[in-house]
Amino acid sequence: MMATAEHGSGLQIKPMDQFVVKPLFGDGPIEWYTPTNVTLWMGIAILAMVALLVLSTRRRAIVPSRGQSVAELFYGFIHKMVEDIVGHEGLKFFPYVMTLFMFVFLSNFLGLIPTSFTTTSHIAVTGTLALLVFVTVTVVGFVRKGPAFLAMFWVTSAPLALRPILALIEVISYFVRPLSHSVRLGGNLLAGHAVIKVFAGFAGAMGVASFVPVLAIAAMYGLEVLVSAVQAYVFTILTCVYLRDAVGEAHH
Amino acid sequence: MATEATGEAGKAVGMPQLDLSTWPNQIFWLMVTLVVIYFVLSRIALPRIGAVLAERKGTITNDIAAAEELKLKAVAAEKAYGDALASARTEAAKIVAAAKADIQKDLDAATARADAEIAAKVAESEKTIVEIREGAVAAITEVARDTANELVAALGGAADAKTVAAAVTARLKG
Repeated sequence: MMATAEHGSGLQIKPMDQFVVKPLFGDGPIEWYTPTNVTLWMGIAILAMVALLVLSTRRRAIVPSRGQSVAELFYGFIHKMVEDIVGHEGLKFFPYVMTLFMFVFLSNFLGLIPTSFTTTSHIAVTGTLALLVFVTVTVVGFVRKGPAFLAMFWVTSAPLALRPILALIEVISYFVRPLSHSVRLGGNLLAGHAVIKVFAGFAGAMGVASFVPVLAIAAMYGLEVLVSAVQAYVFTILTCVYLRDAVGEAHH
Repeated sequence: MATEATGEAGKAVGMPQLDLSTWPNQIFWLMVTLVVIYFVLSRIALPRIGAVLAERKGTITNDIAAAEELKLKAVAAEKAYGDALASARTEAAKIVAAAKADIQKDLDAATARADAEIAAKVAESEKTIVEIREGAVAAITEVARDTANELVAALGGAADAKTVAAAVTARLKG
């Protein structure tokens, strides 16, 4: 993420280089099974998750250590979110929601390490996550409620004349969900990381005045820390909101 | 597509995000990652943390209940202590009163005995005084008679002892 001073003339900023998917070994074509930097950083995310939630809790202490407190904090945070939004029925989906949250949260933060690769800045990743949620919600909704699941598109609180129009809008918004869900997350991370890289390019080109972009990078980095946490939170809470459509009581 | 989007030496041309040739790779590894995380979470981490939290909640509840119980016990103990203290006080007061009565009785007896002794002594003394007084009177009479006899003899009179004695007795009475 940090700019190695761009030698040569003028501004030669390549903010997108950090997002390139590369094979870990050799320089061959990228097949679906090739271990790439995606593999590496997702693996690191798994290790971080294991360290955070498994290793830190191995003593199962009644009075928790610091690590265990953090693990319990994550558990309690997501557990409460699922229970509050989806309802008690939704707790079956707690491991699922927790998986999404931990993956997005840890990937976002691992992406903040300079020179790292941000898996969640790729639309392929966030899109897959969002489609998973979309498919889960749709399947669970039809399995649990049957055709009554479609009632969520029929806004009974609106005047009868408006209902078909509203139903159309609701259906469109339902199918746009995976798009907004994924682009929100991927776009936020992509934009932030790219902007930092652009500033870093300025710093390389500005000589003595380079402290200005460096300060800007520090400020952006702070913002990106916030964005990483907030976007993980937003992604998870939206997942819960969508799951409520499938699991919870009708709410429109 | 691949050669176009990822130029030589990993330099990006355009947005790597839109390079569809890397999508299968990313999606495959993402699914692997999600499955691993899901199994680690649902098999190990979440049940463990849930159990710890439940256990802690149980422990806290039990401790609070135990604390309530102990508090009740403490109150009962305090009450028992108060009762014991009160009964001990009553007992002590009783003992003090009995001791006082005993002492009073002893004192009264001793006083009475002393009074009797004093009275006896006084009576005896009075008797002795009376005797002494009587003795004194007899002695004085004798001395007076003798003195009178001697005086009469000294003055040259031949005094009849009987007359002198009568005269002295008369004077002493007078």
